[in-house]
Amino acid sequence: MKKNIDINAAYKPDGIEGEGYFLTTLDKVVGLGRKNSLWPLPFATSCCGIEFMATMAAGYDLSRFGSERLSFSPRQADLLMVMGTISKKMGPILRQVYEQMAEPKWVLSVGACACSGGIFDSYSVLQGIDRVIPVDVYVPGCPPRPEQIIEGFMKIQHLVETESLRRRESEEYKKLLGTYGIQ
Amino acid sequence: MIVSELGQYIQDKIVAKFGEGTSKLEIHYDFPVLIVSKSLVYDLLDFLKNDESLAFNYLTTMCGAHYPNAHTEMEFGLMYQLHNFENNNRVRIKVFMPKSDLNMKSMTPLWPAANWMEREAYDFYGFIFSGHPNLKRILNMDDMNYHPMRKEYPLEDATRHDKEDKYFGR
Repeated sequence: MKKNIDINAAYKPDGIEGEGYFLTTLDKVVGLGRKNSLWPLPFATSCCGIEFMATMAAGYDLSRFGSERLSFSPRQADLLMVMGTISKKMGPILRQVYEQMAEPKWVLSVGACACSGGIFDSYSVLQGIDRVIPVDVYVPGCPPRPEQIIEGFMKIQHLVETESLRRRESEEYKKLLGTYGIQ
Repeated sequence: MIVSELGQYIQDKIVAKFGEGTSKLEIHYDFPVLIVSKSLVYDLLDFLKNDESLAFNYLTTMCGAHYPNAHTEMEFGLMYQLHNFENNNRVRIKVFMPKSDLNMKSMTPLWPAANWMEREAYDFYGFIFSGHPNLKRILNMDDMNYHPMRKEYPLEDATRHDKEDKYFGR
């Protein structure tokens, strides 16, 4: 039986290391912590939500990426995962959920409908959630397989890890939110 | 009772009550259909519900329809489908009207179930039901400024700017 199995839970950031100390920058430590403890809010409205259930379940197991704790309140969530067709009537509700989330927050748009309206080019369907809230990562597919959702999630993790600590206070970010009429 | 007999029986009752030429009987598949004039609809449905031998106590469904190529007097239509629980008889009532006059008396006093169905017909086609307790949109956004199931409007979303005709062969 093999002993001392090397478990690589999280990659160590670059830094200066010696006996009893490790020096690195604050944003790398914060990014590392945030990246591996994202609390997603699943906003699932249709078939992509079923794929998300598979993503969360034992076969694909999203908790391997540090996010087994789903938040069903936007106030404690870091990541808004929008999965499914968003009708125009649902638009303001989605926006309210986004506004209730605390900074820093990210948005993952899963599936053709959430990204662009998909096949529903119709009077009643929002033609992509980026018309009401800013989106960080788009996952195409109708519906995307769990592997794709996980890849999208890993791209979010990369954004979280490398994000500057001052980004949320920056003029650029405020301008982005301003284009959506938020704050 | 077979469908054609049932239809004729209802037709005869209506003729006896309202007079000749007030309703036209058709059999669509296994369903008796009565096409009636607009001014008569409320009284006729009241009769179908409250007459002891007819007793259509349940409004199964109702909806609007738009036939853009029909005669102007027949452009818009409403359909009521009734059910008698006791004898398991069903009947469908149709009424047509021009676009200029989409007013109809609300059936909510007869069947409270008509409330949401009439709101839907208002939402999608713009029928105005007089006497309705709460005639406002039910499925679409409150600030929508047209009635989308009318065939005069394009089905595609009007806010898309990336759909160029050349990509769709038109």
